[in-house]
Amino acid sequence: MAEEKPEQPQGAGEKKGLSAVVEQAQEKARALKDRAVEEAKAYREPQKTQLFRSIFRVKHDAEPRNRALSVLSNVFFHLHPAKINRDAVRYSYTWGMGGITFYVFLVLTVTGVLLMFYYHPTKVQAFRDILYLEHDVPFGKLLRNMHRWAAHLMIITVWLHMFRVFLTGSYKTPREFNWSIGVLLLVLTMLLSFTGYLLPDDQLGFWAITVGTSMARATPLLGHEGPFGPQLGMTPYNDVRFALLGGSIVDANALLRSYIWHCIALPLVAAIFMGVHFWRVRKDGGISGPAPVLLESEIKEQKGPTPVIMRPSGMR
Amino acid sequence: MDWHQLWEIASAPDNVPIVALLFLVPFYTWYGLRQALATDRLIGQLEADPKLAKTHHRKIFPFQPGWSREVHVWPYLMRIEFLAAVIVTFVLMVWSITLNAPLEEPANPNLTMNPAKAPWYFLGLQEMLVYFDPWIAGVLMPTLIIMGLMVIPYVDANPLGNGYYTFKQRRIAILSFIFGFLGLWVLMIIVGTFIRGPGWMWFWPGQTWDHNKLVFEVNRDLHQVIPFRWIVPQHPITVGLFGASVVGLYYLVAGYGLHWLMQLNQHTRKIYNRMSLLQYLTIQFFAITMLGLPVKMALRLLFRIKYVWVTPWFNV
Repeated sequence: MAEEKPEQPQGAGEKKGLSAVVEQAQEKARALKDRAVEEAKAYREPQKTQLFRSIFRVKHDAEPRNRALSVLSNVFFHLHPAKINRDAVRYSYTWGMGGITFYVFLVLTVTGVLLMFYYHPTKVQAFRDILYLEHDVPFGKLLRNMHRWAAHLMIITVWLHMFRVFLTGSYKTPREFNWSIGVLLLVLTMLLSFTGYLLPDDQLGFWAITVGTSMARATPLLGHEGPFGPQLGMTPYNDVRFALLGGSIVDANALLRSYIWHCIALPLVAAIFMGVHFWRVRKDGGISGPAPVLLESEIKEQKGPTPVIMRPSGMR
Repeated sequence: MDWHQLWEIASAPDNVPIVALLFLVPFYTWYGLRQALATDRLIGQLEADPKLAKTHHRKIFPFQPGWSREVHVWPYLMRIEFLAAVIVTFVLMVWSITLNAPLEEPANPNLTMNPAKAPWYFLGLQEMLVYFDPWIAGVLMPTLIIMGLMVIPYVDANPLGNGYYTFKQRRIAILSFIFGFLGLWVLMIIVGTFIRGPGWMWFWPGQTWDHNKLVFEVNRDLHQVIPFRWIVPQHPITVGLFGASVVGLYYLVAGYGLHWLMQLNQHTRKIYNRMSLLQYLTIQFFAITMLGLPVKMALRLLFRIKYVWVTPWFNV
């Protein structure tokens, strides 16, 4: 306060003082800007930042070592090998069907979880929830459509995947066991789709499940209309169909049971089998080809037939 | 020609996957077999020219001496997977925006849908119900299909064709799989979708679905058909024994026929010699049982025979 007073009469001095302050501020701003620019320049190479390195762990450049590491050191990519057969990336060989199946499964998981937020597996509410999804929930219709069509798509891609694996003979040694797991996954895929069919609780699902499960009553030994079922004491109230439906007709219990199979039990089992399936693909030496052609004259003919049919993979 | 009826079936939202299947399955069959034939030409060249066989890289894809045999997964595979994910997401989005998932009226046990169809991927099994009792079509056959598929790698003793498309080296395997997959499974789904109408009756594509259609067909069991009615005493025991012997005879004749096929030329004889007895008998069992389906279809459709084997407990 006391220092300001003598400066007051000198108008020019005041200006000078003000401009000095402004200049000082400008200088500071310039310095700050330079620093910011300098720092910003460093962000042109984001792979060198601490944040990037903490997430991705390896440098991102075209070095062979880092290309390998970016696959191997990433939890989502590490199911891949670092390098593959140069012809294996051709669409014509794999048709991409196995990978697409897995991707569609992920789409189904995401859309399925979102659908679960809006759905009650009860006779009173199930159908209304579908109407609610279709008419009131934002993008609800899109969500349901996507879940439905992805389910159908997954069945088609699974079939085509199996077809390709057969045509390329990829089930042969050492991949026999993985083919069998694949067959189980095929069955699980169809069961997943089938259990989801009842959930809208409409005429379509109701009658499809009625037709489908009525076959179970004809199960030999375990169904009340199957061969030797009645002789073993099977009735509509204790046979295998009753176990599936939780009752003798498709009703509230059947809805709850198919909901639990569809949303929890089957996806869990399928995920476990998928894990084994992918793991075995790697352990059995990666995808089967395209392999160099083997000629008939080059196989060592055994003397007589193989004595043991189920020889362990890799053993000759 | 009722185009409207045809359009109604083909455009039912849940039938769209089958319409897609109509194009996808033939396309991929052609796509795979085209590569198989290309490989077969290469195999022919290599077999004719042993010198070439020693130097050739043995694939139908181009290869230059300087090229590496492997490529990095990052980016050469990852970018394809990413692209595939984008394309599949896009296809699913468009499909979900343009086509709504079906929703019928609320489930009503008192109002039977006619026709009540299972989900499309099980229509093959439902179509089988026309020819077999539910315990065969709905329980036994699906189990045998799953077991038969799982057993494939353990009974296919042919070491050739592992990891590349070929037809020449695996004629029997490929023909039987295509017969089972395309000729039976996919074809029956198409019949179940496009041909079967109310009352599960046969309507040619373009024929109007007539809910009042009646078919005056008298289906008889084999033992009631003219020559056998005179020979077989119409008593449950003799009828049962007669049916058992007919089924047994079918297995023997078909088994002998398949055996004759296996001895047909050098290629098949070589495959036969590689197999153990257990492998051979397993293949025989599954092949004969699979062939039983078209045989029974022919008996039913051409001769109106319902059961071949009638017993007090089950009918075949």
